[in-house]
Amino acid sequence: MPDQQSPEHTPDAQPAPPPHDSQETAAGEQTAAAVAVDTAGGAMQPSAVPGTAQSGQLPGDSGTVLRRIFTGSGMVSVLAVLLALILGGLLIASTDKQVASTAGYFFARPTDMLAAVWNAATRSYIALFQGSVFNPRGNGLAAQFAPLMETLTIATPLITAGLGVALAFRAGLFNIGAQGQIIVAGILAAWVGFALHLPVGLHLLLVLVAGIVGGALWGGLAGLLKARTGAHEVILTIMFNYIALYFLRYLLNTPAFQRPGESNPISPILDPSAVYPQILGSQYRLHLGFILAIGATVLVWWLLNRSTVGFEFRAVGANPKAAQTAGINVSRSTILVMAIAGGLAGMSGVAQVAGTEKVLTDGVAATYGFDAITVALLGRSTPWGTFAAGLLFGAFRAGAVQMQIQTGTPIDIVLVVQSLIVLFIAAPPLVRAVFGLNPRRRKPARAAKSGQAATTGGAA
Amino acid sequence: MVRVLKLELRGITKRFGTLLANDHIDVVVEPGQIHCLLGENGAGKSTLMNVLYGLYEPTEGDILIDDKPVAFRGPGDAMAAGIGMVHQHFMLVPVFTVAENVALGAEPTKAAGFLNLDQTRQRIKEISDQYGFNVDPDALVEDLPVGVQQRVEIIKALVRDARVLILDEPTAVLTPQETDELLDIMRQLKSRGTSIVFISHKLREVKAVSDTITVIRRGKVVGTADPAASTTELASMMVGRAVSLTLDKAPAQPKETTFEVRDLTVVAPNGQHVVDHLSFHIRRGEILAIAGVQGNGQTELTEAILGLQERVTGSIVLDGKELVGRSVKEVLEAGVGFVPEDRKVDGLVGTFSVAENLVLDLYDKPPFAKGISMSPAKVMENAKQRIGEFDVRTPSAAAAAGTLSGGNQQKLVMARELSRPLRLFIASQPTRGVDVGSIEFLHRRIVAERDQGTPVMIISTELDEVMELADRIAVLYKGKLVGTVPAGTSRDVLGLMMAGIPPEEHTPEEQTPDGHSPVHHAQTPQAGTPAPASNAEGADHA
Repeated sequence: MPDQQSPEHTPDAQPAPPPHDSQETAAGEQTAAAVAVDTAGGAMQPSAVPGTAQSGQLPGDSGTVLRRIFTGSGMVSVLAVLLALILGGLLIASTDKQVASTAGYFFARPTDMLAAVWNAATRSYIALFQGSVFNPRGNGLAAQFAPLMETLTIATPLITAGLGVALAFRAGLFNIGAQGQIIVAGILAAWVGFALHLPVGLHLLLVLVAGIVGGALWGGLAGLLKARTGAHEVILTIMFNYIALYFLRYLLNTPAFQRPGESNPISPILDPSAVYPQILGSQYRLHLGFILAIGATVLVWWLLNRSTVGFEFRAVGANPKAAQTAGINVSRSTILVMAIAGGLAGMSGVAQVAGTEKVLTDGVAATYGFDAITVALLGRSTPWGTFAAGLLFGAFRAGAVQMQIQTGTPIDIVLVVQSLIVLFIAAPPLVRAVFGLNPRRRKPARAAKSGQAATTGGAA
Repeated sequence: MVRVLKLELRGITKRFGTLLANDHIDVVVEPGQIHCLLGENGAGKSTLMNVLYGLYEPTEGDILIDDKPVAFRGPGDAMAAGIGMVHQHFMLVPVFTVAENVALGAEPTKAAGFLNLDQTRQRIKEISDQYGFNVDPDALVEDLPVGVQQRVEIIKALVRDARVLILDEPTAVLTPQETDELLDIMRQLKSRGTSIVFISHKLREVKAVSDTITVIRRGKVVGTADPAASTTELASMMVGRAVSLTLDKAPAQPKETTFEVRDLTVVAPNGQHVVDHLSFHIRRGEILAIAGVQGNGQTELTEAILGLQERVTGSIVLDGKELVGRSVKEVLEAGVGFVPEDRKVDGLVGTFSVAENLVLDLYDKPPFAKGISMSPAKVMENAKQRIGEFDVRTPSAAAAAGTLSGGNQQKLVMARELSRPLRLFIASQPTRGVDVGSIEFLHRRIVAERDQGTPVMIISTELDEVMELADRIAVLYKGKLVGTVPAGTSRDVLGLMMAGIPPEEHTPEEQTPDGHSPVHHAQTPQAGTPAPASNAEGADHA
């Protein structure tokens, strides 16, 4: 640690500059040697903060809270979902007519109201389930499982973008930029899809590659800036989101992208050779992108747990200083992980333009990029956790429509439930407290260890 | 003002799940006493004190103050009862002034809730004068040296009328002379009626100040000891078996010089020359210890060798290869083993398993990786072997490294660095915060590496360690080499050298063990310019 207090070095400094400092006379009766050592210390002002005292804080103290939120136990995730659903149910019930009327005579016959609450909540959730997994009223098995297919379709971009966020997070980077990466990928993939006319197979492959490269470039650029200039990735990726979005809007008003004869900002439809095949036939929207999302999950799992690259990512994410000391190139890791994260988000962009939308509009990314953060959060930044979380959120989105049609419960309830999930995940002690899982009296001790001055000072 | 207080812990037991951290511990702290709790890292001393301070609730047992049982629900209760604690890692806000830090938590206010720091300032001045602390209430804490920060913590406790002061490993972060000052302060506090519970595993300090010593081992009190007992007795009690505190090492048999630093200068970001025209060499089969007070360029020197420093001039040659300008990876691949001074920050990834940490700088080499594909089985196999060889005490190879005790973490780092053929071994503060039992072990491993013919460089601020391990001692002062002296140079001479006074001004000529020429100080502090002549002299020994 550079020593700012010690006198500057002049070439003709005397061998033993008479040290004058606050400490020099502290101990009078010591031996000459001890005094000499003492004054040396006084003159030198040994490093202002002890190495060990810093150790708890150095590798990004602000990051540790985020880290705990992102990588806590899966149990908390499950409980958070459960708790959010319960609260969501109560919210649904609170606007229910039946509940309101029974509440009038609550004290006379409380069971009426409780039954009404139960009915209202379960009715909505059953509708949600029927809209997202299995609808018994469908004509034939194919129609009955149509909701599940829709869930998988919607989950596809959530999974791949969520993997991008999760992967970056494991390397210690908070990648808010999935949205922008989806958009840039969408632009490139769509352009290849409608402007080029290539043979079947090759065309789609090129669309996919263009999208992944686009996302990777957009993400990698943020990584590059972070590695070279030290700019914070959160700010970089947020700004890159804006740049991507407004660039897309601009492009959609240029002749190169705007559909001929159209005044709305919408691109031509992609060639049939450039879109994902529907894997279970034309009655479902489910496309090849979902298979690729499964493949991406496997790949990310392998990368993180079985490859040297992933070892580097995780080491850099957990303790960049130790990683550097062990010879790992932190800058390279930062750039590489952001590029791969961008590439994964890029797959979401491809899934959008080549899978579900088949055109490019400024709503190509919807809110997938932001939901991806929540998905990664819920999935604890593990590949399969993210996959499962993506499916869950896909189900929410798919089922919400059915729920509104069937029971009149507004779609927004789903957003409330999603937000509650995030809230509970961010506050694990709250969830544990609700379910009575909190180990008694652990908190103060942990606070003391985390080096909070306020714990000891503040408790007085 | 003297409110003397008798403190008693009776049958304290603390369990964490299945782990029994404290097992029916009885301790009585008589008023006006310095009572030492002696025990290795992980023996349960800190847990016991956290119980006393209200941070943990005891599973069983009572705390008695003046023979009356009390129950603390938090540090606030403990403070109100007259117990103050100075933690090993300070609880200070770096960007606050001393007065603000002291006031924090019990801020005196004027009417309408305005902060009234004058009162606090006044109290700090009083206490500071009373004990000769020399602390400026308006200084920013981040600008203060560690020793002074610690005094701020003590003031914090005293301002709250602490009658019993708990000092948790207070000397772990201090330089030798700051330690002496602290011991003096402790004596003063005692003479004014403050009892002190002193937690330590450093025998010399314990013997110097304690009135009573309670030895704790694996969560149990194993006995009390007289401060007059020999260090060997104390160490044996603490570790539970006979320990040898002196290292048996054969005289060095140095061979050719394979590592040489010439005219090395490291410029800090603020433009300061933190390493200033430094030249030295190490021969195969010898240990060169770099001594000096912390902050005199030792950290930057090791970082420069490893390739972690940016503005480096001069040359570092290992086996004829220039290391300056190479990446860390290239330096490690050239055969440099490096144990960093702060293992938690630079040496380990706390959340990684022991097994993963054991390959932290080997993960991409065979047999652990083929291409970019790693082999977890090989990593595990390696871990099992190293854990056995270095006696790393861990529940399993898959346990997170951060959960191990300090000594075991250090063994882990050492095990990793010594697990491949080395051309140079650098260990910085190899035994800082490590228990006695492990120190012995680590020192023997370092000497063993030397005996295999590796040049070894030890950086230590602990004079005892330097004197024990070194075959030659180089002393750094303000980034410059004060001189290089043979092993066996007296404490007094080394002490003066650490203050920047070159050896020839105060010492008769000494012979090196191998009968070579006397003390050669490669550079006098005047030499702002390179001094090739004297450097060459140093190199001639090969």
